[in-house]
Amino acid sequence: MTTTEPRDAIEQVSSKFGITPEDYMLPARTEIHMLDVNGKLHPSGQQGAEPGHEYPLPSPKALVDAYEQLVIGRRVNDQNSALVRQGRMAVYPSSHGQEACQVAAALCLAEGDWMFPTYRDTVAVMAKGVAPMEVMAGFRGEWHSGYDPKQYKVSIQSTPLTTQLLHAVGVAHAAKLRGEDTVVLAMCGDGATSEGDFHEALNFAAVFNLPVIFFVQNNQYAISVPLSQQSVAPSLAHKAVGYGMAGERVDGNDLVALMAVLGRAVRLAREGNGPLLVEAHTYRMQAHTNADDATRYRQDDEVQAWIAKDPVTRMRAYLADAGLLPEETEARIAASAEAVATTLRDGMNAENNPDPSELFAHVYSTPTTQMAEQAAMLADELAREEDAK
Amino acid sequence: MSPTVTTSSAANGNVSAATAAAAARTADAGTQPVTFAKALNSALADAMALEDSVLVFGEDVGVLGGVFRITDGLTKRFGSERCFDTPLAESGIVGMAIGMAMNGMRPVIEMQFDAFAYPAFEQIASHVAKMHNRTKGRVPLPMVIRIPYAGGIGGVEHHCDSSESYYAHTPGLKVFTPATVRDAYLMLREAIDSPDPVIFMEPKKLYWSKEQVDLEALRLSHETDAVPPTEGRAAVARSGTDATLIAYGPSVSTAMAAAEAAALEGRSLEVIDVRTIVPLDDATICESVRKTGRAVVIAEAPGFASVSSEIVARIQERCFHSLAAPVLRVTGFDTPYPAPKLEKYYLPSVDRILDAVDALQWEEGA
Repeated sequence: MTTTEPRDAIEQVSSKFGITPEDYMLPARTEIHMLDVNGKLHPSGQQGAEPGHEYPLPSPKALVDAYEQLVIGRRVNDQNSALVRQGRMAVYPSSHGQEACQVAAALCLAEGDWMFPTYRDTVAVMAKGVAPMEVMAGFRGEWHSGYDPKQYKVSIQSTPLTTQLLHAVGVAHAAKLRGEDTVVLAMCGDGATSEGDFHEALNFAAVFNLPVIFFVQNNQYAISVPLSQQSVAPSLAHKAVGYGMAGERVDGNDLVALMAVLGRAVRLAREGNGPLLVEAHTYRMQAHTNADDATRYRQDDEVQAWIAKDPVTRMRAYLADAGLLPEETEARIAASAEAVATTLRDGMNAENNPDPSELFAHVYSTPTTQMAEQAAMLADELAREEDAK
Repeated sequence: MSPTVTTSSAANGNVSAATAAAAARTADAGTQPVTFAKALNSALADAMALEDSVLVFGEDVGVLGGVFRITDGLTKRFGSERCFDTPLAESGIVGMAIGMAMNGMRPVIEMQFDAFAYPAFEQIASHVAKMHNRTKGRVPLPMVIRIPYAGGIGGVEHHCDSSESYYAHTPGLKVFTPATVRDAYLMLREAIDSPDPVIFMEPKKLYWSKEQVDLEALRLSHETDAVPPTEGRAAVARSGTDATLIAYGPSVSTAMAAAEAAALEGRSLEVIDVRTIVPLDDATICESVRKTGRAVVIAEAPGFASVSSEIVARIQERCFHSLAAPVLRVTGFDTPYPAPKLEKYYLPSVDRILDAVDALQWEEGA
């Protein structure tokens, strides 16, 4: 375990950047953006970074790989929303419009790094490698969660807001005590920054100087309540300085900028410089869930303005202009997206009846006497139903 | 077991001196007077010595050794990475412990007082209790949440709640509460070893009680599995034939005193110390009630919708035909825990227990 005190860590890293600790912690004066709405690369020096702190452009291969995940992510969102409309699952909180954030969150992490997602981060969970139908088990109503968090280093998709940020802090703390260089990415939304656990998690991570990236997807709404009613801070990224950590804000529909900003954040965290807060400006294009009616609280022209900033269109335009999307690459990417959609459709259409005896199997490591009695009662009830058929 | 339970006076605020003196006395091996607090302290130290993954953290548990000195000396002995203070935020303490348990550690965390654990309730109810089940056992959470609880110490508001029913009502949690010095040691060691999360409720009024025990012998018997586990096994704290008193934690010593007094009047009362509220030992409770035919359940917590009401319900479901009288309860009133000068009216007392025993329809009985 590194014995660096949090305050020393901040002083060391800010001196490496040649700035004061306060300037290191404050976000740049504007959000970081690398692609314009038409997919043209902003010239270096006009990307929002402070002079001398520009972000390097990710490699062409990394960008094309990320674009493939972006296309898959959009297909996953739209396929799942269609399956909800067809009555194949009860609910799917779509990240349509936020796919650049989803993909960047997964791809910035290395093999042993952990992710702590929310219910809206299904695309990120799949992009980190969790098998699609294992992810969908929860939404399908089979069990509350369907994949092995330890196998994939992806925690459960948290439904309560920001409770998972503290679990992320604990995973990072345990890894640090063992001298491992694990980085943990902890995700939440703009509304969630009002929760108490958001505050406690950022404070704990900073006090213990832990390698946690707090990644806030600011999609402007907490169900119906706009950000202006959650916070009057200059930005959510500015909250970082209050905890003694660095904050940055980034165009959340610009995959190139997201990869650059999250890439640097992960590197800094892994080097022992403590936690960072990254706020991505994006937009929830659809309602909170299929049970919500977004027309009650927002105007169509606002939605239309965000369609013009669509992350998939912009990234495709950039890569095509740069000559990185030959026809065979586009065809391969389209085929991978279709393959995932087919997996989802087939999986959701397959018959599935979870075993009721499992109700009692996992409450404790070994069922208690009371669990065993209740399991026997249910088994008897089911046997009598079977006999009556 | 027949422990010498010396309940401290309400005015005893000199925790550190008492514990330090007790620590000095236990420097020599062999059976000697040991406080409840020292037994817990030794259990933590022995578990930490045995296994590097055992970590202790919370508020004031480091250099200070905890407000009740239960973590005394642990930072000095094991270093500030294994026993450390956190920022003052209970949800943060429990939430971080969950993550550490997910990643190979066995955190043993302290909530400073019963009512100060409430900010952590969401983490406990939504995650500590549910992680194992929601991941089908793939993410066990081997962690212990220690909570000093209950009254009888003249404490101010928010320092004397009996909050065990909240936890017992939440599937996925185990709830332990020792009533003797010996059990304090053994049950904490068991809780730390458990693959399941344990809410470990320590009756504050017992911290300075003493028993003759040999801590080194207890350590050896625990580590060699020479003693039977306490989990799911109530203890018959006193044998009797006429009626059964069922109690746990802080109420066991009151029940024992009541049984002592009843014996002088020629009535033989059996006392059951529940020990682990979850899992509950229905078998031992029912065996006793079937034998005596009469029962009184005693608890400090308000009786309404509580552990005591659960025990009564289970007795009547299982032992109805053995009962000579309705099962009665002596519990805290359904009021908030009172101010120090009123707590003697609130707490179950020997007299109130004896009154309940007297009301068990002896004339109509067999």
